[in-house]
Amino acid sequence: MSKFAKKKSGELPAVSTASLPDIVFMLLFFFMTVTVMKDSTVKVENTLPNASEIKKLEKKDRVITIYVGAPTQEYQSTFGSEPKIQLNDKFASPSEVGDFILMERAKKAQELQNVLTTSLKVDKNANMGLISDIKQELRKVNALKVNYTTYEGDAFNNIN
Amino acid sequence: MKNRGETPGVNAGSMADIAFLLLIFFLVTTSIETDVGFNRMLSPIDISPPLPYNDKNILLVQVNHNNEILVDNELVDITDLRRIAVAFIDNGGATLDSEHYCDYCQGERSVFSSENPNKAVISLSSERDTGYATFIAIQNELVGAYNQLRNREALKLYGVKYTDMESEYLNVTSKGRKAKLKEKIETIKRRYPQKLSEAEIK
Repeated sequence: MSKFAKKKSGELPAVSTASLPDIVFMLLFFFMTVTVMKDSTVKVENTLPNASEIKKLEKKDRVITIYVGAPTQEYQSTFGSEPKIQLNDKFASPSEVGDFILMERAKKAQELQNVLTTSLKVDKNANMGLISDIKQELRKVNALKVNYTTYEGDAFNNIN
Repeated sequence: MKNRGETPGVNAGSMADIAFLLLIFFLVTTSIETDVGFNRMLSPIDISPPLPYNDKNILLVQVNHNNEILVDNELVDITDLRRIAVAFIDNGGATLDSEHYCDYCQGERSVFSSENPNKAVISLSSERDTGYATFIAIQNELVGAYNQLRNREALKLYGVKYTDMESEYLNVTSKGRKAKLKEKIETIKRRYPQKLSEAEIK
């Protein structure tokens, strides 16, 4: 009889946390695989417009990114609130785009230099004037492959 | 003197904490970046004077600084743009005896619109003050029009959507399958080439 009396029916056994590391590791690997390392801090407002009829961008090593948008709050006092171009980590004028592309192109492997795409990450509040200046500069350095990078979504959301 | 030969197991209790640290590090330093968009080819700068294009083969899409859309100088709503573009590309106005006759077009065959999808050009021009968001919305509709026609043609010829073929092309690994897909895609592209030009801002 005393054999069974030992069990205290009032206390619940503790939940085993042995599998917790496994769960956390699973999460960790998920985040490691789906995310891409940021290569430069974006200093401009960068809410891309939505579009639905889009294609996937090429591999990451074949892409040069140009950011366009109004400077974020902390930079507004020095750079104003008009949309600006950001190349790597600094603000630039349209005339510097050409040199930037040539420099970035030189950094890439020889066999990739002719297949580079310029990804334009432009804030939806920017104007076409600036884009047109950039396009003109890109044409000057013969970087003709351009991608207007967008978010996936309904394009009609852009207009209102 | 008990258990002398056996080493005690390492306590793995802190493994979860270490993994959490790593997890938080990745959460903070990374961002899920978008890598989708519209691929465009700019025209080279030292282009010889443009070839004479027949007026009826050009669909002029203008966006002004109020983000209003004018197609052939008529104000239209963005929701109508896709339909207009499809009707224009797919018109196939060339007569039966003409060398440009389009035997797969299903349009109205009006003499005032494009002769053949191969000749139909959509020219998109904007002003300096045009909003980028509107520009992208218009691009979306125009590319959508091409996709709609290409899908129709692909369904007719191969029983699959053109857009599905394209996304499959990016993922497929087998060489033979890839070559076959490419051929199909090229055929469709030849039927409805994407002649979308972005005019310079004057």
